[in-house]
Amino acid sequence: MQPSPIRDLIVGLFVALGLATIAYLSIRVGGVSYAGRGGLELHATFDQIGGLKPRAPVAVAGVTVGQVRDITLDERLRARVTLEVEKDLQLPIDSSAAIQTQGLLGDQYVALEPGGEDDLLKNGDEIEFTESAMSVERLIGKFVQDSGIDSAEKSPEPAKSDQAGQE
Amino acid sequence: MNPIQDLGLRTVSLIAHLGRLTAFVVQIGRNTVRPPWRMQRLIDEIYDVGVLSLAIVCLSGATVGAVLGLQGYVTLSRFGAEGSLGAVVGLSLVRELGPVLTALLVTGRAGSAMAAEIASMVTTEQLDGLRMMSVDPIDFVVKPKALAMLIAMPMLNALFIVLALFGGYLVGVQLLGVDGGTYVSSMEGSINLEDDIAGTLLKSLIFGALVGMIATYRGYTSEPTSAGVSAATTGTVVTGSVAILLFDYVITALWGV
Repeated sequence: MQPSPIRDLIVGLFVALGLATIAYLSIRVGGVSYAGRGGLELHATFDQIGGLKPRAPVAVAGVTVGQVRDITLDERLRARVTLEVEKDLQLPIDSSAAIQTQGLLGDQYVALEPGGEDDLLKNGDEIEFTESAMSVERLIGKFVQDSGIDSAEKSPEPAKSDQAGQE
Repeated sequence: MNPIQDLGLRTVSLIAHLGRLTAFVVQIGRNTVRPPWRMQRLIDEIYDVGVLSLAIVCLSGATVGAVLGLQGYVTLSRFGAEGSLGAVVGLSLVRELGPVLTALLVTGRAGSAMAAEIASMVTTEQLDGLRMMSVDPIDFVVKPKALAMLIAMPMLNALFIVLALFGGYLVGVQLLGVDGGTYVSSMEGSINLEDDIAGTLLKSLIFGALVGMIATYRGYTSEPTSAGVSAATTGTVVTGSVAILLFDYVITALWGV
């Protein structure tokens, strides 16, 4: 086979294209972290996070502004969620965080509700007001308890309805 | 020969094949890590394996993605979960369909050609000619082919996946009206770098090594007849495809990717 510069060039282009697509897959689809662009890190503590997972979206008024970076259990056995949001997001210090569901069966995400104060949340701040995840089972348990149906007809897991009663 | 003897003979010859294959791979490996590097040969082989497979890989990728989008949409919309279409298409492509289908396509497109080429060189005594000129045929013929397969496979796999994601987007978003942002964000939210993307690269590297190994071995050990050439070609496609599917299961079971 004769050496041909055109063929070398085409192979070079192919390799470059291949490497570019691998990079695209890793960076774009594999998920680039907001921290990599110098994001704002916030913390929020919830009683119950339901099915929230790391990398779940964080939204303000439905617009995605960041993602859940880490979920740990704190010393008081509550879920401590670390959020990463865009650096220039101006959230008042009395903003609240709620765990909500996209549609009836969709994934869970963290919705931030801006407050009314003039002071803004800074990097590493704690969001004071939080609202735990709603779970359909609990809602049903609550409903059954409130409507005063006989305990014999309650769900066979009394622990669940006890928990609902404490809230 | 009675059936028991026949079975024994087959088993012994299978084990002997495995032994020869191992020695063959060791020889390729030893030639890879020491000069001569034979870069020009490698470039020519990457052209044959990679560039010439581009068209079929891209076309198949786009159609597979489009079909996945269509099938996924029909099933998911029954539960009102069209929002998860991006996750379904993305995850199934990255974890399973991308590496496996690319490897099967490349086996059929390039692996069979590779085996046929080496087998006809065996038949026409070209490899013996190389040996007479004291050129090691494993170094000159086999090594660049096997390496080209190993290098081209992950790239073709990545191209297949990107084209398929685009095909799924086209059908899901443009045709069926799933929200574009929801599609992309559910896809990006469910695929992560360490498990899924690293896994797809690992799979395609292993498949590339397997196909390169099987194709060159079948060609190199073929009978020096025209029937031998055709047996090597068929054997490469059959053994290669079975090996890809088996190893896919083993990799998934071991590393969960």
